[in-house]
Amino acid sequence: MTSIETAAPRFGDLAAGDRVAGQLYTDPEIFAEEMKKIFYRTWVWVAHESEIPEAGSFKTTQVGDQPVIVTRDRKNTFNTLLNRCRHRGATVCDQRTGKANGFTCPYHNWSYTLDGRLRGIPYPDGYEGVVDKNDYPLQKLRTESYLGMIWATFNADAEPLEDFLGDAKLWMERFLKQSNGHPTKVLGSHKFRFRGNWKIQLENTTDGYHFPMVHKSWMASVDAETANMMSFMDDPAAETHALGNGHSVAIMAASHADLDIDDGTEEIQPRFQHLVDELVAAGEPMDRVRRYMRSMHGCGFNLNMFPNVAMSSSFFRILVPISVDVTEVWHMAIGMDGGPESINRERLRIHEHFQGPFGFGSPDDAEGWDRVQIGAGGNPTMPILVNRGEGRERISDEGWPTAHVTDETGMRESYSMWKKMMSDV
Amino acid sequence: MSDTLTLGLTDTRVLRAIELVWTEATLLDAKDYLGWEALYTDDAMYVIPIDPNTNDHETSLNMVYDDKRMRRLRVERMTQGYAPSAVAAARTVRIVSRFTVAEVSDTVVTLRSAQILNSFKRNAFATVGAELTHRIELSPEGDKIALKVARLIDSEDAVSASGFLV
Ligand code: FES
Ligand SMILES: [Fe+2]
Repeated sequence: MTSIETAAPRFGDLAAGDRVAGQLYTDPEIFAEEMKKIFYRTWVWVAHESEIPEAGSFKTTQVGDQPVIVTRDRKNTFNTLLNRCRHRGATVCDQRTGKANGFTCPYHNWSYTLDGRLRGIPYPDGYEGVVDKNDYPLQKLRTESYLGMIWATFNADAEPLEDFLGDAKLWMERFLKQSNGHPTKVLGSHKFRFRGNWKIQLENTTDGYHFPMVHKSWMASVDAETANMMSFMDDPAAETHALGNGHSVAIMAASHADLDIDDGTEEIQPRFQHLVDELVAAGEPMDRVRRYMRSMHGCGFNLNMFPNVAMSSSFFRILVPISVDVTEVWHMAIGMDGGPESINRERLRIHEHFQGPFGFGSPDDAEGWDRVQIGAGGNPTMPILVNRGEGRERISDEGWPTAHVTDETGMRESYSMWKKMMSDV
Repeated sequence: MSDTLTLGLTDTRVLRAIELVWTEATLLDAKDYLGWEALYTDDAMYVIPIDPNTNDHETSLNMVYDDKRMRRLRVERMTQGYAPSAVAAARTVRIVSRFTVAEVSDTVVTLRSAQILNSFKRNAFATVGAELTHRIELSPEGDKIALKVARLIDSEDAVSASGFLV
């Protein structure tokens, strides 16, 4: 007799090292299974601390496909609460961000504190002997943060966040050096959707191979120095490392990978001269000015943290899985909380130039992703290849599988984590 | 709307401004980006903000914040054939109407209007709603746009632009 267990599809088998079935992008059953086995089980990034700046601040978002509220309570503790009233299930908050003393469900006005406790029930006599308020808080997810980045998980048994991040932590630290010693602050977010699976976006963050082709028009629109910085195709120092747990880093501009190290050879783009003049006139020492200018484009690498957040160049990239064939992408511009305001303004302009639904870069990426989704529906069992650079992959001194930045080492890392999690019972 | 003047359809200055806004809509639907660029004054700004409430676009993140240089680069991008999203841009039909006049003089007219933009690409129809503000400079040499702010009604949520301009 076939039990339900043995009949369950073994989706993990659809990924095999250097190839994955196109079905991974198109099968709604796989998407449902990914929510359970990946998005409800591992750490999912939910916010940057600067988005929730003071006690009472909150932000709404999703963990997988479930609505949550991330709050900062009176004790300055971060909480991630399922956005679902314990009475009959209405969302208790529908604002993107804001400040509140707590949340009152608009349906029958049950009210909750910033850390999710059920505070009040109107006309409580009907509940006497029936409901003890202590038994009905908003469902709370485990919430931990590292370097200002906040993750949450439904999984009470998940390993500590820092263990999960592992070798990605070193790169997070390097990434945040672009704030030049000031706290990092989210300055604004570009949000757009594409009609494709979330893993198409996951692959893209450490895909150096597409850059010169897809972003030709952006390359043509920037100054020679910037274009030169992004000309990594033949640069042997431009590498991708697999960092474990599905994380990977693609280094496009090795000279920017650690902003504390400056060999002095890099020309500052002439179009920033007005800023240099302004800062020098304001009394900033030249080495400091140079540091600000070099940080303008962010760190020359993309750090991909499985499953839903990247620190990319000079912004955070969040992916939100909406359905098997729709994904939302947020590009969060970051800047300095403090320091010269003109630097932040220039960072906004650089961000606008590439990102967002009308940028010179992202719409071209999205064009490729839309087509992958449609094309992959043609013979969904035919493999998607992620084998570029297999022959030249080596282990770095740190122990990381490493190949050229145009190689698909990062994708292989993501899919090996995907396979591991999807094969768990 | 106490801050708007009466529409003034007998005022030729207002009519000239409305005509220019409609000309712009026609050029954008025709993807005539060179023609579109020529409608703007040298110091004009073309802005699609994210924050629906701000007028301080310089210090906030926008979807578009184009001065003359960025408009030039944008037109190049849209026309040079290297940008996959521009090459495969959606077809659009837009309606601009519900004009109100915020300011009128012999040299400047500021108009507010509503725009419904319908787009079609790869079997998908989409509608983009926006509130437009145009500041038009009137001149015997030809009227020009000195400021355009397009506030999308979903600007803070996920916007899908599909390669066209709003
Ligand atoms: S559903 Fe929330 S109070 Fe009734
Ligand atoms: Fe890209």
